[in-house]
Amino acid sequence: MDAQTLIARRVARELRSGNLVNLGIGIPTLVANYVPPELKVFFQSENGLIGTGPIPEQGMAHPHLTDAGGRPISALPGACTFDSAMSFGLIRGGHVDITVLGGLQVDAKGHLANWMIPGKMVPGMGGAMDLVTGAKRVIVAMQHAAKGKSKIVQTCTLPLTSSRPVDLVVTEFAVMGFAEGHIALLETAPGVSVAEVMAVTEADLLIPESVPEMKI
Amino acid sequence: MRTVSAEEAVAMIPNRARLMVGGFMGVGTPERLLDELVRQQKSELSLVCNDAAVPGKGVGKLIDASLVSTLTASHIGLNPKAQQQMMAKKIAVDLVPQGTLVERIRAGGCGLGGVLTPTGAGTIVEEGKRRIEVDGKAFLLETALRSDFALIHAFLADYLGNLAYVLTARNFNPVMAMAADTVIVTAEHIVPVGVIAPDHVVTPAPLVDYLVANG
Repeated sequence: MDAQTLIARRVARELRSGNLVNLGIGIPTLVANYVPPELKVFFQSENGLIGTGPIPEQGMAHPHLTDAGGRPISALPGACTFDSAMSFGLIRGGHVDITVLGGLQVDAKGHLANWMIPGKMVPGMGGAMDLVTGAKRVIVAMQHAAKGKSKIVQTCTLPLTSSRPVDLVVTEFAVMGFAEGHIALLETAPGVSVAEVMAVTEADLLIPESVPEMKI
Repeated sequence: MRTVSAEEAVAMIPNRARLMVGGFMGVGTPERLLDELVRQQKSELSLVCNDAAVPGKGVGKLIDASLVSTLTASHIGLNPKAQQQMMAKKIAVDLVPQGTLVERIRAGGCGLGGVLTPTGAGTIVEEGKRRIEVDGKAFLLETALRSDFALIHAFLADYLGNLAYVLTARNFNPVMAMAADTVIVTAEHIVPVGVIAPDHVVTPAPLVDYLVANG
């Protein structure tokens, strides 16, 4: 199983029936593919839709029904649409149960940086700052390292997305959480040892006495 | 409300005008007005829009034609030309969190001086802004945004100017229709009064100054 699929499948296990969930672009988008059909989750697209469905078949796309990246999507029975003020009222107002976002760096205190690399990449924050600030639970789904450098750092060097710490980080190596402002190893990926996780992680991880293997 | 052609509508817009343009990645954008702005070469525009769309679509057309001098938006990452013009300092880009952007516009349209939001507190977005504590929680004072013109795209407009929107093409449109001195609307369909049920009107007719005739 490739890293992205592993991460998406593990994150999908965090969702509960009735949750209102907002998925960011990249690996987070894949999470929807691994939600069991008996689980009734509401997916929000921040351009104004709750109840996003799969990509429509060829020839069935509607020009006025897209995801936040402008790509055609469908709407499930029971879907509803609204304007951007309502959409971000839902996000900022704590009505979104879970947001899953990609990341450039997460640090030992749980701070996320995911919206710019000064001088190199300045796409803008879009809805990310509001999502991290307002969602009830923030999950980061990202690869553990980029170009051989750990993305789990002691202190973020890139501009932060929010001063509010995230709740859970899922990578192809581990699941990590934050207890009393410090990062802790919660699970290791199948076939990965605690020592291997520590070797690829810049931040000082708290290691509990027993670390279970990730279930996917 | 007056009915005008796209040519007449855009002729009212001077160079250097402050424009709000509805739409999200070019969905729900008044494309005919943008085409006409390019044709009439209205320049040095100050644009408020959620994003920069993509080249050739939505407000991307204005950026392709180098007609924009300032852009207030939440995301420009899917338009490489917008990024290039920002790096070359041809466009001054003010990046604003999306929820903050829509609330600043809403405030501008609702007679508020601004809003207090927790979004951005403790990040570089806070620079130059007032931090206000309410019940021990930190908020930023984000000031209201208004513009000279709002360019709006609706699904249905009736002969009076009542508007209804469709699916994800609603986005910033109804909020911007409150926040400009002059509101110009294009619609997929122009229909007799009564076709849009009162409960389904999203933007009330008195907000609309000009409706662009179809066909």
